[in-house]
Amino acid sequence: MKKLVVIGNGMAGMRCVEEILKRNADQFEITVFGAEPYGNYNRIMLSPVLSGEKTFDEIVINSPEWYAENKITLHTDAEVTEIDRAAKVVKSANGIEAAYDKLLIATGSEPFIIPVPGKDLDGVISFRDMNDVNVMEEAISQYKNAVVIGGGLLGLEAAYGLQRRGMKATVIHLMDTLMERQLDEAAGFLLKQELEGRGIDVLTGANTKEIIGENGRVKKVCLADGREIAADLVVMAVGIRPNVSLGQSAGLEVERGILVNDQLVTSDADIYSIGECVQHRGDCYGLVAPLYEMGKVLADHITGTDNAYQGSVTSTKLKVSGVDVFSAGDFSGGEACEDIVLRDAARGIYKRVVLKDNKVQGAVLYGDTTDGAWYFQMLKDGQDISDIRDLLIFGQAFASGGGATADPLEAVAALAMDAEICGCNGVCKGDIVTAVNEKGLTTLDEVKAHTKASASCGTCSGLVENLLKVTLGDSYQAQTVKPMCGCTEHTHDEVRAAIVEQGLKSIPEAYQALEWKTPDGCSSCRPAMNYYLLCAWPGEYVDDTQSRYINERAHANIQKDGTYSVVPRMWGGLTNPKELRAIADVAEKFDVKTLKVTGGQRIDLFGIKKEDLPAVWADLNAAGMVSGHAYGKSLRTVKTCVGKEWCRFGTQMSMDLGVQLEKLSWGSYMPHKFKMAVSGCPRNCAEATIKDFGVICVDSGYELHIAGNGGIHVRATDLLCKVASEQEVLEYCGAFVQLYREEARYLERTAPWVERVGLDYIKQIVVEDEAKRKELNARFIYSQKFWQDDPWAKAVNEEAAAREFKPLSAVAAE
Amino acid sequence: MSNWIEVGTVNDIPKLGARVVKSMRGDIAVFRTADDEIFAIVDSCPHSGGPLSQGIVHGKAVACPLHNWNIDLETGDVLDPDHGCARVIPVSSKDGIVRIYVEAEATGTHG
Repeated sequence: MKKLVVIGNGMAGMRCVEEILKRNADQFEITVFGAEPYGNYNRIMLSPVLSGEKTFDEIVINSPEWYAENKITLHTDAEVTEIDRAAKVVKSANGIEAAYDKLLIATGSEPFIIPVPGKDLDGVISFRDMNDVNVMEEAISQYKNAVVIGGGLLGLEAAYGLQRRGMKATVIHLMDTLMERQLDEAAGFLLKQELEGRGIDVLTGANTKEIIGENGRVKKVCLADGREIAADLVVMAVGIRPNVSLGQSAGLEVERGILVNDQLVTSDADIYSIGECVQHRGDCYGLVAPLYEMGKVLADHITGTDNAYQGSVTSTKLKVSGVDVFSAGDFSGGEACEDIVLRDAARGIYKRVVLKDNKVQGAVLYGDTTDGAWYFQMLKDGQDISDIRDLLIFGQAFASGGGATADPLEAVAALAMDAEICGCNGVCKGDIVTAVNEKGLTTLDEVKAHTKASASCGTCSGLVENLLKVTLGDSYQAQTVKPMCGCTEHTHDEVRAAIVEQGLKSIPEAYQALEWKTPDGCSSCRPAMNYYLLCAWPGEYVDDTQSRYINERAHANIQKDGTYSVVPRMWGGLTNPKELRAIADVAEKFDVKTLKVTGGQRIDLFGIKKEDLPAVWADLNAAGMVSGHAYGKSLRTVKTCVGKEWCRFGTQMSMDLGVQLEKLSWGSYMPHKFKMAVSGCPRNCAEATIKDFGVICVDSGYELHIAGNGGIHVRATDLLCKVASEQEVLEYCGAFVQLYREEARYLERTAPWVERVGLDYIKQIVVEDEAKRKELNARFIYSQKFWQDDPWAKAVNEEAAAREFKPLSAVAAE
Repeated sequence: MSNWIEVGTVNDIPKLGARVVKSMRGDIAVFRTADDEIFAIVDSCPHSGGPLSQGIVHGKAVACPLHNWNIDLETGDVLDPDHGCARVIPVSSKDGIVRIYVEAEATGTHG
C-alpha cells in the first residue's frame, strides 16, 4: 500500500481524506499531522462556541475513534517543521518522522498580526483556533473590556460573542464600512446600526497606533487620532494569509500561496496542496466552500478520475444570531453595470442585485436573505435574467411564480435539481432529494446526518427543512402525528388508549398486544411506555426502573463528567438553619465541587460520585430533607415570593400557599417536568407567568395561570380562571395536573400540549365542568398515595434499590 | 495468573441493565440483555465519554445517557446515523458466573 501523509488536521485536509476514503478506502496508508492538540473540528463554528450557542463537542467533526476506525495514524500536537523531498520524509517538531509516496500540504492560513507596538502583550490574541477561544473564555470570566481590531466577518462574530458573554466589546475598523469586502456601504451602515443597538461600540475609519500594557498585560488601545479605548483583551481579526512557510522551506514554488495547478499539484509532482494555503490561478481563498471543492477534485485526481478545479465563486453569510447578511460576487459596480435596489426601512431590509449584460454579477442582501442561494445560483450559472428582470428583486417566489405568493415551499419546489442548498458542503437539491427518497429520511437531523447539508454553519437549515417538506409531500404532513418511535406504527395517543381499553398492565404485555417490532423497545419508547402504564394503573403497575432514564433511576442529575448533582427539596423555597447546616456538612464531607442556588429557589450540590449518593441522601434525610426530584419528569419546584407575611404590597399568604401546592403535588411522575410558582401580588416577583402552573394573588382571590415556559421558546401563561379560596387553588391545580398526566404525550411540556389541544378544551374540563374537575382531582389524590414516598430514603434502606449505586466488583485493583 | 477474572453472577446484574466493574484501566460496563446474554464494554461512549453503564439497554444495544448515541453491545460499533466504535471486553457467563478477560499487563503486579 502506498503511503499518503497529510500535513494539517484541519477542515480542508480532512475533508479531502474523507473524499479519498469514500472513493477508495484501500489505496493508501494514511498518516495525518496536526499542530493542534485536538481531533478535527469545524473551525467556522468557533464563533457560536465563543458566544455560548454551541459547545466544543458539538463542533467536533471526527473523533479519535474515527481515525482509528479508518486506520489513519493521527499525530496531534505535532507541527511538521521539515519536508525532505529527496528522501520523501517529513519531520515534526517533536521528533516524529514519516515517509511518504504522496504528500498533501493543507496547512491553512495564519492570522495577520498588525505590526504595532504592544502586539506581543498578554491578552492580545487572534481568533483562529480553539486555543484562542479558551483564552477569550478566561478573559470573559475575569475582565470587562474587549477590543476587536478588524470589522470583517470574523471580527464581528468575535465581538458579538464577547458582548453576548458579558464583556463590553468595541470594534475598531480601519475602513469606513464594516465588512467592506462583502458588503456595500448601505448594508454596512445597517449592520453597524444593528450592532450598536446591541451595545457593541463600532469605530470606523479608526487606525490603531499602539497597544499599551501594564505589568505585561494589555491595558488600552491608542488610535492614530488620539482616542484611547480601555482594553483587557484585544482580538486581532484583520485578515489571514496563507501559511506557506513549510512549502517555502521545502523549495516549492510559492507566491502569496503555494502554487498549484488545476489538479492541485504543486511544483513537485508528488506533493499536493489544498485549502487556504494555496494560490490557484492567482486566487487565494479564505472560505470553506472552495476548500471542500478542492478536496473533491483532488480526491478524484488521486484515485484516478479526471477532474479539474476551475476556481470558486464564493458567497458569505454572517453568523450573528438575528442578523441576516448575505453577499456574493462583485458588487463594486463600474462600467456597464446596473443596480436594482429594494429598501424597506421599517422592516430593516435592503437588497441590491448588480447586473451586467442581463446577468447577475453580484448581490448584497440585508435583513432578508432567503433568496441568497437563488441569486448565487444564477450568478454561478451565468443565467440570462431578461425575462424575470421586473420581478428579480422581489425574490424567487415572485419572479418564477408570477407574483402570486411568496411561499417559501414553492420557492424550494421551483429550484433546479442542481441548485446548491448547502454552500459550505456543496450539497445540491438533487443530493438531498435522492437521499430522502432512497434512505427514507423524514427529519432534518436525518438529512443532516446522511448528506451533511446544514451540518457546517447551519444557516441553510430552514431551506433544508422546506425541501424535506416538498419532497415528502403529504407524508411529511402525516409526521405531525408520527409514530412513537421506529419500534411501532402506533402513535402516542393510540398506545395510551389501548393500554386503558385493553387493560394492558406491563411493558411486555403492551409490546405483545400492540405488535411492537423490536423485542424490548428502545431508549425512546420504553420510558414513555413505563410512564403511560404507571399513570394508567396507580398502585397496580410495578415501576420498571430499567426503563427510566438514568437521572430518574439514580434520583440525581448526571453531569458531563459522569458525576451527579443532588438537590434536596425546599418546600416553597423555604429553608432553615438545620437544613443549611446539613447541606454544609454534606458539602464538606463529600467534597462537593460546586454549591449553587438554583433558579427554582433550592440548593444544588455538584460533583458527587454515584457510589456516594446513598450516603449523601442518608445525611440529608437525617436533617429532615427529601428528594427534590430535580432529575424527574415530575414536579420540580414551587417558587414563591414572600407575600403578605412580609411584603408591604402582598395580598395573600403566597409562601404558605406555595408550600401547600408542593405538598400536594410532589413525587408524582408526569409526561415531563412541571414547575409552579406563587406570586403574592400582580408585581409577580415569583415569575408565575412562565410556569406550567402559576398563581398570582390579588386582593379578591387568586388568578390561576397555565402553560407558561421559560425555555428556548419563552411562552407566557394563559389565564385559566380566577378563584376565591386556597382550597379551590389546590383543587384546580390537582385537576389540571391530572389532566396533563392522563392526556399529554410523554416528553410534551404543558406549553406545547395546551397549544395543541387548545385553551378552551382545558377550560371546558377544569373550569366549566365541576364534576369532571372533582373526578380528576380525586384521581390525582389517589395516585399520590403511591408516589409520595421519598425515593432517597428507599434507596438508602432497601438492598435491592441500593444495588444500583455499587460497583459489581473491582478487578486488578490494588 | 489467569486472565479470566470472575466479577460476579448474572443475577447481580439487572435484566436490561448494567453494572460497573472497576479496573486499573478505567471502568468496564457489564450488560445483561432481556435474554440474559452478557456483554462488556469499556464504560465510555466514543462520542464524549459518557458512562454507557448508565444508559438504557434495548435489544443488543445501549443508548448513552448523555446524548443518546446507540452502541451495539456485541461489536461496540456506534449505530446509525452516528459513527464510532467503543472497545469491547471479552466476557463469558457459564453456570451463572460472569467472567471478564483482562489483559495481562492490566492485571497489575502489586495486587
